[in-house]
Amino acid sequence: MKSFMFISILKAGFLLVCILRFPAFCEDLQTVTFLPQWTHQAQFAGYYVAVQKGFYQKRGIDLRMLPGGPDSPPADMLIRRKTDFTTLFLSDAIMLRSKGVDLVNVAQIGQKSGFILVARKSSHIFSPKDLNGKRISLWSDFQIQPQAFFRLHQIQVTTVPQTYTINLFLQGGVDAACAMWYNEYHTLLNSGVNADELTTFFFDQYGLNFPEDGVYCMREMLNKNDRTCRNFVDASLEGWRYAFDHPNEAIDIVMIYVQEAHIGTNRVHQQWMLDRIRDISLINGSSDSMGILSKDDYQTVAQEVKAGGMIDNIPNFNEFYAPCLDDSL
Amino acid sequence: MIPFKKSLAFKIASLTLLGTAGVFIAVFYYNYALSRQTVLKTVEENTRYLTLATVHKIENTLLGIEKVPRFLAASLENQLYTRNTLLQSIENVLHTNPEIYGTMVAFEPFFFDPDIRYYGPYIYRDNGALRSTGEETAFNYCFWDWYLMPKELGRPVWSDPYFDTGGGNIVMTTFSIPFYRKVHDEKIFSGVVTADLSLSWLEEIVSRISIYRSGYAFLISQSGVFVSHPNKNLIMNESVFSIAEATGDSALRNIGRNMILGKEGFVPLNRNLTGKVSRMYYAPLQSSGWSLGIVVPEDELLADLHTLILKLVLIGVIGFTLLFLVIISISGKMTRPISTLADKTLEIAKGNLDVELPVSKSNDEIADLTTSFENMRSALKEYIIDLKETTAIKERIESELRIAHTIQMSFLPKHFPPFPEKQEFDIYATLIPAKEVGGDLYDFFLLDDRHLFFSIGDVSGKGVPAALFMAVSKTLMKGIASENIPPSSILERTNQELCVDNDTMMFCTVFCGILNFMTGELAYANAGHNPPLIIESSGSKPRWLNVTPEIMLGVMEDAVYSTQVTIMKPGDSLILYTDGVTEAMDHENKLYSNDRLIRTLQTEKSDCAQEIVENILLSVREFVGTVAQSDDITVLSLTFTGRPHPKTPRIG
Repeated sequence: MKSFMFISILKAGFLLVCILRFPAFCEDLQTVTFLPQWTHQAQFAGYYVAVQKGFYQKRGIDLRMLPGGPDSPPADMLIRRKTDFTTLFLSDAIMLRSKGVDLVNVAQIGQKSGFILVARKSSHIFSPKDLNGKRISLWSDFQIQPQAFFRLHQIQVTTVPQTYTINLFLQGGVDAACAMWYNEYHTLLNSGVNADELTTFFFDQYGLNFPEDGVYCMREMLNKNDRTCRNFVDASLEGWRYAFDHPNEAIDIVMIYVQEAHIGTNRVHQQWMLDRIRDISLINGSSDSMGILSKDDYQTVAQEVKAGGMIDNIPNFNEFYAPCLDDSL
Repeated sequence: MIPFKKSLAFKIASLTLLGTAGVFIAVFYYNYALSRQTVLKTVEENTRYLTLATVHKIENTLLGIEKVPRFLAASLENQLYTRNTLLQSIENVLHTNPEIYGTMVAFEPFFFDPDIRYYGPYIYRDNGALRSTGEETAFNYCFWDWYLMPKELGRPVWSDPYFDTGGGNIVMTTFSIPFYRKVHDEKIFSGVVTADLSLSWLEEIVSRISIYRSGYAFLISQSGVFVSHPNKNLIMNESVFSIAEATGDSALRNIGRNMILGKEGFVPLNRNLTGKVSRMYYAPLQSSGWSLGIVVPEDELLADLHTLILKLVLIGVIGFTLLFLVIISISGKMTRPISTLADKTLEIAKGNLDVELPVSKSNDEIADLTTSFENMRSALKEYIIDLKETTAIKERIESELRIAHTIQMSFLPKHFPPFPEKQEFDIYATLIPAKEVGGDLYDFFLLDDRHLFFSIGDVSGKGVPAALFMAVSKTLMKGIASENIPPSSILERTNQELCVDNDTMMFCTVFCGILNFMTGELAYANAGHNPPLIIESSGSKPRWLNVTPEIMLGVMEDAVYSTQVTIMKPGDSLILYTDGVTEAMDHENKLYSNDRLIRTLQTEKSDCAQEIVENILLSVREFVGTVAQSDDITVLSLTFTGRPHPKTPRIG
């Protein structure tokens, strides 16, 4: 309740400023919806920050943040036009595009893969080969990287579906599991498992760097509202830069969202997540390449997806990627 | 009043108190440590009992709830349910078990009905009524923990607590148990029966736990997340590990690991988890793998002990103050006679020996001291009276001696030049007694127009007897010499007179001579005296006068002396002296010696008798330095000038 009030006060304050100084903006505020691909967490800190700091509003956008989570699959929501923008993993987006979904990548946030395999040393797993014959839980939606990894090392494993939590691994139901470095890995640490009890496999260190989070919308949206798309991306990137530069303030804002949504989490976890998202979003700590999708990365991902039999042909990069970046950048 | 600082009373009080305080503190600390240990032991027992009782209570409830889905799962393995009977069974579960919030029977896809992918009827409570979400659902439950975990683990599972978004934001947990069907003699996983449980009852049980004033209990899940805690913000959000990470507290992390590993223990906690330094007993809930901890702030546990300690300290402080005052007062009373005594003795020290010393009534060391002081005072007084008398006598004797000295000196010719009209000779003499009166003597006088008698002598011993003997000897010699007889006869007759009734056995050495100052003829005799020296006008080295050593006066009555004769040339000087000169000692006890005397005279340029005498005395004074004079010193110098004409300078 408190946080609602806080937001309202912010909004009211901003509106007042608008009315006094930028009457044109206020009249033209355009409602835009955005769906983060999962429940509120620091993975989406840049967008929350952009809302709270008024970065969207000052570009004439009234952003409606939709609640993400298992009940709102982002691709579905995008196809059904329930949201204007969403975030998707690059591999997912390539598959959707290949299936004929006319979506476009307007900005690539993640530059490195945060996807890892985590295993227990107590299961005698120290190197990729040790995974052979083990029970490994995999997320049904994100199997391309692990499968490519298994092919690469000629490993036969028993796969078990992985739920939205890491509990099965914690309970010893599997020897290894999928994890996001910025999320589940820290959840393990925060559940009493010590880092030295775990073996981790970072896919990007095995030639499987799949950049993940990117911002997507349908092509018709881009065609009709090119200016809005640019403003949205522009504001979002400003939000991200601000979040990386002011992590404590960003976490304060993230905590408002998670508490409102009754998501069981805590500050240290969100802090960890923001720090790791920063690691995988900034190349060498610089925000210069923020929003850019590298053609090489695109080809790597697309070829692995194709090799995994998920697509028949690789969508054209220029059709897939329509950067709405500010020309000045 | 006794001066406070440095007073004996203060010192005694301080030292006594210091010692006592040391013992008190040691006993006090030992008592505290022991009491603290005992208190903590009791607390451990109490919290342990309470923790285990609570665990037992919760376990009973959980096990009671587990029975219901277990029974349904067992039935599902043995009986074939129709849709209606299944719904009826689920409803019955809810009817008969009010603590169960909702129950679901979820089948493997297409298992219940080959046409239906997800068949999972779920019936739950809503404002007292039972509602159903419908039997068929598009909802893919296969990837939820409550379904997948019992399936994969092959055993029932209590889920981590979660917020039920549909059920009014209450914290829920779900017990899920897998069930299997036999198909072709093969046991096949067929689905899961769940029972949702609001954790409000659990929170109630846990929050009802109170121990001491603000002790409380909390519950954490298998992953360390708070399920129940007085601080509602922690529930579902924070875990023991997130707090440990946020505060960098590795000890807390270890405690958390032990808790989720199902261990039991009593541990100290710092402020990070509870905001207060506390003690915690923890024990696992075996069925769910959760852990219950009961926390009691340490200050509260030790509050009584600390109150007691405070009182003891207070009593100690008051006691010590009183003790201090008592000791000060007692030792003040004891030492007062000493300080009175000190005052009185100070007066005695200033010279007032008539001071009345205090009379001590007690029979202790102070009384002894007072008596001793009294004895000392009276002894001192008597001594001083004696001393006064002695001093008076001594002063009288000294005064008499001074007079004797004057008289003795008046015997000796001491007007120089003695015969101003006589230019033919120059005579000078000095006698320096070692004491007021001495035993040395010298004399000279004219016998007639052409003869000068002169003598020098030294009486054995010193002081008044010697002085008297000297006076007698000199007087006798003067009387005898005036009869115009040779020096040997003078000595013989003087000796005869001195030997008469010489009971004191004193004697004296004498050298005497008669100078014919017209011719320079010198007749002389020597009664055991040091031989004189002659400085000749020719300038040669001073030489001893040729004398026959004969016996001293006053020893042998019939002693015979001989007269020797020599001629003094004009300008020759005769030096007579007593052994006070040659035997004068310096600080190293070395003697002045004859040699030194000769060396002194060798450098003598003058033929003036006074100058020669004074130079010798100067040399002697320089030799002895500050050493006190031990013997009379007498020097006589006689220069024969020859004619009453101006002095001829000595060739040198």
